[in-house]
Amino acid sequence: MPLDTQHENQIRDFKVVGTRPVRPDGLDKVTGRARYGADMSLPGMIFGEIVRSTHAHAKIISIDTSAAEALPGVHAVITRADFPAQQAGMIDTLDHCMADAEVLYDGHAVAAVAASSKSLARRAAALVKVKYEALPHVTDVDAAAATGAPLVKMGIESNIVDTHEFGHGDVEKGFAEADVIVERTFTTEATHQGYIEPHACVANMGGDGVADIWCCTQGHFMVRNTCAAIMGMSASQLRVTASEIGGGFGGKTCVYIEPTALALSKKAGRPVKIVMSRQDVFLASGPTASSSIDVKIGARKDGTLVAGLATLRYQGGAWGGSLVNMGAMAAFACYDIPNVKAVGHDILANRPKLAAYRAPSAPMAAFAIESAMTEMCEKLEVDPLDFRLKNCARAGTKSSYGPTYGEIGLEATLQAAKDHPHWSAPLPEGQGRGVACGFWFNFGGQTSSSLNINEDGTVGLSVGTPDIGGSRAAMCQMAAEALGIPYEKVRAIVADTASLGYNDVTDGSRTTFASGLAVINSANQAVERLCERAAQTWDIPVEAVEWKDGAAHPAGANAGNFAPLTLAEIAADSGSTGGPISGHSEINADGAGVSFGTHICDAEVDQETGRTTITRYTVIQDAGKAIHPDYVEGQFQGGAVQGIGWALNEEYIYGEDGRLQNAGFLDYRIPVASDLPMIDTQILEIPNPGHPYGVRGVGETPIVPPLATVAHAIKGSCGQRMTSIPMSPPKVLAALKGRTA
Amino acid sequence: MRFEAPETVEAAVSLMAGEPGEARALAGGTDLLVQLKSGRVAPDLIVDLKRIPSMTAITQEDGGFRIGGAVPAAEMLEHDALTAAWPGICEAAYLVGSTQVMGRASLAGNLCTSSPAADTVPAMVAAGAMVRIVGPDGARDVACEDVPSGVQKNALKKGEVVDSIFLPARPARASDAYLRFIPRTEMDIAVVGCGISITRAADDTIAEAKVALGAVAITVQVVADAAKAIIGTRLDDAALDALAAACSAACKPINDKRGTIEFRTDVAGVLARRAAKIAYDRAGDAA
Repeated sequence: MPLDTQHENQIRDFKVVGTRPVRPDGLDKVTGRARYGADMSLPGMIFGEIVRSTHAHAKIISIDTSAAEALPGVHAVITRADFPAQQAGMIDTLDHCMADAEVLYDGHAVAAVAASSKSLARRAAALVKVKYEALPHVTDVDAAAATGAPLVKMGIESNIVDTHEFGHGDVEKGFAEADVIVERTFTTEATHQGYIEPHACVANMGGDGVADIWCCTQGHFMVRNTCAAIMGMSASQLRVTASEIGGGFGGKTCVYIEPTALALSKKAGRPVKIVMSRQDVFLASGPTASSSIDVKIGARKDGTLVAGLATLRYQGGAWGGSLVNMGAMAAFACYDIPNVKAVGHDILANRPKLAAYRAPSAPMAAFAIESAMTEMCEKLEVDPLDFRLKNCARAGTKSSYGPTYGEIGLEATLQAAKDHPHWSAPLPEGQGRGVACGFWFNFGGQTSSSLNINEDGTVGLSVGTPDIGGSRAAMCQMAAEALGIPYEKVRAIVADTASLGYNDVTDGSRTTFASGLAVINSANQAVERLCERAAQTWDIPVEAVEWKDGAAHPAGANAGNFAPLTLAEIAADSGSTGGPISGHSEINADGAGVSFGTHICDAEVDQETGRTTITRYTVIQDAGKAIHPDYVEGQFQGGAVQGIGWALNEEYIYGEDGRLQNAGFLDYRIPVASDLPMIDTQILEIPNPGHPYGVRGVGETPIVPPLATVAHAIKGSCGQRMTSIPMSPPKVLAALKGRTA
Repeated sequence: MRFEAPETVEAAVSLMAGEPGEARALAGGTDLLVQLKSGRVAPDLIVDLKRIPSMTAITQEDGGFRIGGAVPAAEMLEHDALTAAWPGICEAAYLVGSTQVMGRASLAGNLCTSSPAADTVPAMVAAGAMVRIVGPDGARDVACEDVPSGVQKNALKKGEVVDSIFLPARPARASDAYLRFIPRTEMDIAVVGCGISITRAADDTIAEAKVALGAVAITVQVVADAAKAIIGTRLDDAALDALAAACSAACKPINDKRGTIEFRTDVAGVLARRAAKIAYDRAGDAA
């Protein structure tokens, strides 16, 4: 699809953008040269180990560290008492990293040790004696919301801590006008982001209070600000460098071990490395909210939606902040409904504090709403794509969460799904086919980047947004496009916190959009300076110089008759024409375009065991403009796979004792490669007017539709309408046999 | 922690028996190393068995096969005569972990880890495998089903190791099959496992059968009623129904993170039907 010509800033004939060059980090990653969080070592470094709660909820009576401290080779033992008193803003963050008066979930950190070897640190951790007084706990979201539920922590009166409401119109009036109503309750279990690289860091504080942290994170500026605030340091005293990152998906947008490593380093006077085990990762990092959602929708006989109502209950751990507000905002975002209301309740439970996970809160809401829409289609006997095409949000629709949409691509993805060969392919006996759509807001935010023109005509690019999805390649492409030079001439790095202005975390699908915008601005600024040098060389006004195809040209015959000066030629002379040439940009990016996708899934249920096999899967999504289509397709596929895993088998399983039963990849079942067919993708390009090249974030939307898409396919295969995620074999078999799982 | 790699069975037994603290035998190490790394075990002595030639050999003996205690699954899968005679055991071995894990993991290790969900154990039990255990008091041969005695508990005494596993000679028209249920397609742990060995008579009725279930009780279950239900039949629908019912009835599972009691009970019958059909078909093709 060509770029819309109404966006005058958007270049129509791209040379580098839209191509598929080799990824700049590929060789490092396949040869092991890439340095991840755990790969940093420093002279004199010692190893930290965290002591974790074995209770879901308990009061800490005492912590005896004397035996651990007495063990030869132990350099420091810390508890909460070793951290400074906190300002209000950081209390919850530190509480989650190191318990204060009570432990609030299984795995909650209560102390930490640092010793000269990893095995010694483990022995020392086992010597820390914690006396607990067990308190009542609750881990299930509905149980926590019920009257008389055990209170998740001391000093609160209810586990329901916040309520959010969005919508417009009059839903009662809307339902009165409806001919057909669908009303159901859905539940989803918490899932983990499942990144391959466990959290790891090295912290090194000197006697002067100046410190460095090396860590794997989606936002090293966030790590700096958070750790500095917790430790009572100034930002200039702490420099944070982001390592290469082995996956994040939102789970590395907060701190877990960094304040602890810093406090241990301060006490021990040595660099301290902490590497989480996989068990620690499951116990005490991530996960998503678990949810329970009531949905009611009403339509006229002609298939027009007239009312939608959803009540969402999300638990996101013991501190609130379940992000249910985003679930309530996203719930009906795909539809144009005159009377719509979504109410979200934020509920506490004795579980770890939620971290963002790829379109946080939207997949659960979409599961509920899309499943209800599909049921409505069955009742009305209309095609699910025709129904959605009739009722979908378009440019000018007032969204269910407030804003009125500009140019959006939902209708285009639905039409593309209808036209896709997958939708019309004959369905083999025993299989079912599902379809659903999904939405994500996308985000801009604070961003700073720097671009240096080297004297040999190559370009060094510094960005402050860790590369979790191939953004360095996209940044190089956008810089090369703006400068008019080949992709291979540009190399991007993720610079540390001392080297650039503040950058928000890599999240909200913001990086290709916002860092891309900053990179293009930086390149444009460098181009202005390159033109100035050419003007100076030619002794003509700078207004008479224009930049095209990587070179300065006299702008028209009146400017003079000079041979073009290429970027490399200007760079080679820069030392004698005024010194180094660079470009910078500092922005708070606005105008991230919302993103929509539609998914199609074929599945077959083994009716004797309840096991589901996904046989075909197609993702169709609006990317605005795909800078590097391989990465965009990879995002579509990766999001779909994580959504399929969530739909089928992934779940946090708690015992009666409130302890996590499956803190490892053996019993927390993410899909393996052989579980899945090749995920087909179709990129649509409806340019985002807020970006010079039309970019929309693409990373999060693809995890939103799969839960409902797979549920719809399961219904088609075996006749069972599953309302509880995951749709694991025991649950599906129980449904087939008419019993509760 | 001490590490020893003796070159004879006698030396291995003497090291294991002589260690006053905790001694652990290391074959492929695919369980032990994970336990060490996670801090679940911290033995005083580890005795690596892989330097002992007899422990790493597959030999033919009395028409059957003797598989050394440290033979990795991958070597079994490349042994043509073994895979032809015991396809069920080999397919169970093929389910143990990843390709990399199969390059190390052994039948004896899978047995001695004593997990109720071990894949190769129901297959070995159905096959009538005999386990040769060596120790300070010499060697003894024990039926495979008598080795596991509970979760992470088995019949091996202090100083004992598994020397080898013996798969007996097969009559003509005999074969076996193993199926497990996992929610995914690989890299997973059995929620239910079922091994079945079948010998066909000349008239295609089943002359002999043995049925074993894994992951439905604290140890592998030999289901005599299930074998009885199909012996003398040509595996018609009624026989399959009776087989499935007997297997479901033999289940003593628990509700846990991997499955409910009802689920395991149902699926045990389903797998038994499917495995019996495969073993019966294979027996028809077997020389």
